Amino acid sequence: MKFAIVVFPGSNCDHDAYHVAKHVLGQQAEFVWHKDTSLRGADVVILPGGFSHGDYLRCGAIARFSPILDAVRAFADGGGPVLGICNGFQVLLEAGLLEGAMLRNRNLTFVCEHVHVRVETTDTPFTTRCTPHQVLEIPIAHGEGNFFAAPDVLDRLERNRQVVFRYVDADGTAIDAANPNGSARAVAGTCNARRNVVGLMPHPERACEGVLGSVDGLVLFESVVGALTAETL
Amino acid sequence: MKARVFVTLKPSVFDPQGATIAEALHSLGYDAVRDVRQGKYFELELNVSSADEAKTLADEIADRLLANPVIESYRIELVGAGAAVGEAP
Repeated sequence: MKFAIVVFPGSNCDHDAYHVAKHVLGQQAEFVWHKDTSLRGADVVILPGGFSHGDYLRCGAIARFSPILDAVRAFADGGGPVLGICNGFQVLLEAGLLEGAMLRNRNLTFVCEHVHVRVETTDTPFTTRCTPHQVLEIPIAHGEGNFFAAPDVLDRLERNRQVVFRYVDADGTAIDAANPNGSARAVAGTCNARRNVVGLMPHPERACEGVLGSVDGLVLFESVVGALTAETL
Repeated sequence: MKARVFVTLKPSVFDPQGATIAEALHSLGYDAVRDVRQGKYFELELNVSSADEAKTLADEIADRLLANPVIESYRIELVGAGAAVGEAP
């Protein structure tokens, strides 16, 4: 199974994602430069975290016009699993592959800490191995992760179970103090209507080995490997 | 011709930066300040021959890149020959 990790100028979590796919999971992994037009036969696409194009204008606003995004869109339209992490999530939002937008964090500070998120649906390729409402401890690191969508859009996302992750406390309760950035309805991650494109602000790739303090992020990557393996059996 | 593009958060969208600036102004004693909304300002130098053309082009650019229609709206002012003013929702 092959992971494609898209590299934008300013991506800085691309190597972490590559490391997890290649060395932790033992899968094939390949970097794809944002000016490329082909995903070279990848089975999974990851848009990594970082500061694409320096976050100029708006986070992800310029990256969405990169040539590789046409290939990512076609891959997603074909049902291929796409995971956007942090800046990758912002790129997916700007590209319209996911709904909503990001605002500056409510308290205007860059937040860099371990948080808890609750898995709200196991019905995506990246959460099939989670247990319903499983609480994961995963780090966040962002200045603009304050998820916004109009109330009617939020209602629709909730109704269609497109909210995939929500900020909660260690017990799995969504309280305001556990919401690190002011996100609407404590949304930490969403998926598209077809459920194959998932984006989240937390960094699961930074929580895949014990030495990093948490292995809770690994389940996302194991899920997609499991989902694709099951598909081909 | 020059087009000025003003991008602001929609009124329904909370502006954490604007709110912080308002708080700062209040702490400086500017009690008359009711609210602050922060936005972005762009100047586009355009090689076009008419105001209509400039307006159409600036609109397209603002729609595609300068503003995110999910959270922002924009206003365009043309500077130069027979300048007209346009506004988008």
